[in-house]
Amino acid sequence: MMKSAPWVALVAMGFGGAAVAQDSKALNVEGTALVTEAAAPSHMENVDTIYSGWRFRSGETQALQTDDFDNPAMVFVDQGIDQFGKIDGTEGKACSSCHENIEDFAGLRPQLPRVQDGKLVSMENLVNTCRTERMGAEPWKWSGGQMTAVTALIGLQSRGMPIDVAIDGDAAPFWEKGKELYYTRVGQLDMSCSNCHEDNYGTMIRADHLSQGQINGFPTYRLKNAKLNSTHGRFKGCMKNIRATPFAEGGDEFKALELYLASRGQGLAVESPSVRN
Amino acid sequence: MKHAMGFAAIAVFGASMAFAEDVKPMAVSFADGSVEAALTSTAGDPANGRKVFANRKQGNCLACHMNADLPEESFHGEVGPPMDGVADRWTKAELRGIVTNSKMMFEGTIMPAFYVDSGYERPLDEFAGKSILTAQQVEDIVAYLITLKED
Ligand code: HEC
Ligand code: HEC
Repeated sequence: MMKSAPWVALVAMGFGGAAVAQDSKALNVEGTALVTEAAAPSHMENVDTIYSGWRFRSGETQALQTDDFDNPAMVFVDQGIDQFGKIDGTEGKACSSCHENIEDFAGLRPQLPRVQDGKLVSMENLVNTCRTERMGAEPWKWSGGQMTAVTALIGLQSRGMPIDVAIDGDAAPFWEKGKELYYTRVGQLDMSCSNCHEDNYGTMIRADHLSQGQINGFPTYRLKNAKLNSTHGRFKGCMKNIRATPFAEGGDEFKALELYLASRGQGLAVESPSVRN
Repeated sequence: MKHAMGFAAIAVFGASMAFAEDVKPMAVSFADGSVEAALTSTAGDPANGRKVFANRKQGNCLACHMNADLPEESFHGEVGPPMDGVADRWTKAELRGIVTNSKMMFEGTIMPAFYVDSGYERPLDEFAGKSILTAQQVEDIVAYLITLKED
C-alpha cells in the first residue's frame, strides 16, 4: 500500500474518487513492461518504496502512455527527429552528422546529470555543448521547444532502462547540495519539496494527486499545457506555486536538485517522454 | 456599516493592507499556540470566512482540508484533517492561533502560517513582506470555523 495520512482511509470512504491508489497497475509501453515501483535506495531515510509519477495519474492519463500512437508527446519526438537532422551553425553540421545512429544514445539518460571536468551537466548542457562547440550554432533555450523535443528523442532511446546516477566521488558535493535544497522551505507558503513529495505523496492536494515528484518520465507531456516540459521547468512551477522565487533553469541549484531527485528514483524505468496532468 | 467599508478597502489594496488598529503580523501574542485577543476590532464574518476558506487565491484551506460544509466545491484536499466538527476539538483562541501561525501549535507542520509577513525565504517579489491573509480575513475564517460543530 502507498503511504497516506492516517485520516485519509477514513475520509476516502465518504468521498468517492478522492484517494485513487494506483497500487497494482503495471505500465506496459508498446508491449514492454516498465518498472514503476522499486525498493527505495538506501540513502533515502524516510521512504521505503519509490513510485513513478505514472502510478498517481488517472486511468485515462495512464492509458495515453501505453501506446506510442496515443502518446501526445510523440508529435514532439517527431519534431526532435527533424531538429536532429537539421544543419545549423557555421560548421555546416547537424546533430546527425556526428551521431549517425540515434540508438547509440541508449544508456545515456539513466546516468544524467553527471559530473564532467568538475562540473555537473544535464542533458541540455550536452546538447548545447555540441551546438556551440561542434556546430558553431546558437545554444537552445533550456526549456524551449527545440531542446525539449531533442531531449525527449534522446531520452526515448533509453526507455525502460533503470535510472542509475552516480552520487559518490566528485558527484557527492553536488548531491549534498541538491539534498539540502530538497529539504529547505521556501516561499511565502514556506514549504520544501519534501513537505509535498515525501511527507504527503498519495494524498490529494485540492484537485491534484500528489506523487513522489520523480523525474524518470521527463521531459513530460502535460495535458495542462499541451507541450513537453523540462525537469527544471517543473521545479520552477512547483516553486512558484508555493510563492517562491524559482532558481534559474540550467543553474547550479536546479542541476543539483535534478541529480538529487534522479538519485531518489534509482531503479525506476526511464519513461521519457511520459504523459502527466 | 464599518465592516462593509473595511472589506471594500481590503479588496482595493490587497492583502498587504493592514489597518492601524489591527494587531501587526509579528506582534501577535501566542500562549501555547493559542491567540486569545482578536486581531481586529471588527467581529469576524463567518459568511466571508467560508469564502476565504475555499478561495484559491486567499486561504485555499480546501487544498488540504476536506469540509462537508462546502459540498458545492468539487475538490477537497486530504493533506490535513477534515474540518468537520473542528469547533468541537478546538477553542476559538486555539483556532485563531492555528490560522495565524500553525507552527506555534504544530511543530514542523506543512500548513502555512497565514498571518506572518517575514521569516520565510525567497518569496516571489509580489508576496515579499506580506502575509497570506489580512487580519480581518483571519478573524472571518475563525468566525467560520467556530460554526463547524458536529455535536
Ligand atoms: C505544495 C505542494 C508542492 C511542493 C512544495 C512541491 N511540489 Fe512538485 N508537484 C506538486 C503537484 C501537485 C504536482 C503534480 C502532481 C504530481 O505529480 O505530484 C507536482 C509535480 C512535480 C513533479 C512531476 C512529477 C512527474 O511524475 O511528472 C516534479 C519532478 C516535482 N513536482 C518536483 C518538485 C520539486 C523539486 C519541488 C521543490 C522545489 C517541489 N516539487 C515542490 C506539488 C508540490
Ligand atoms: C498545505 C496544507 C495545509 C493548508 C493549505 C492548510 N492546512 Fe490546516 N492543517 C494542515 C495539517 C497537515 C494539519 C495537521 C497538523 C499537523 O500535523 O501538521 C492542519 C491542521 C489544521 C487545524 C487543526 C485541525 C484538527 O482537527 O486538529 C485547523 C483548524 C486548520 N488546519 C485550519 C486551516 C485553515 C483555516 C486553513 C486556511 C486558512 C488551513 N488549515 C490551511 C495542513 C494545511
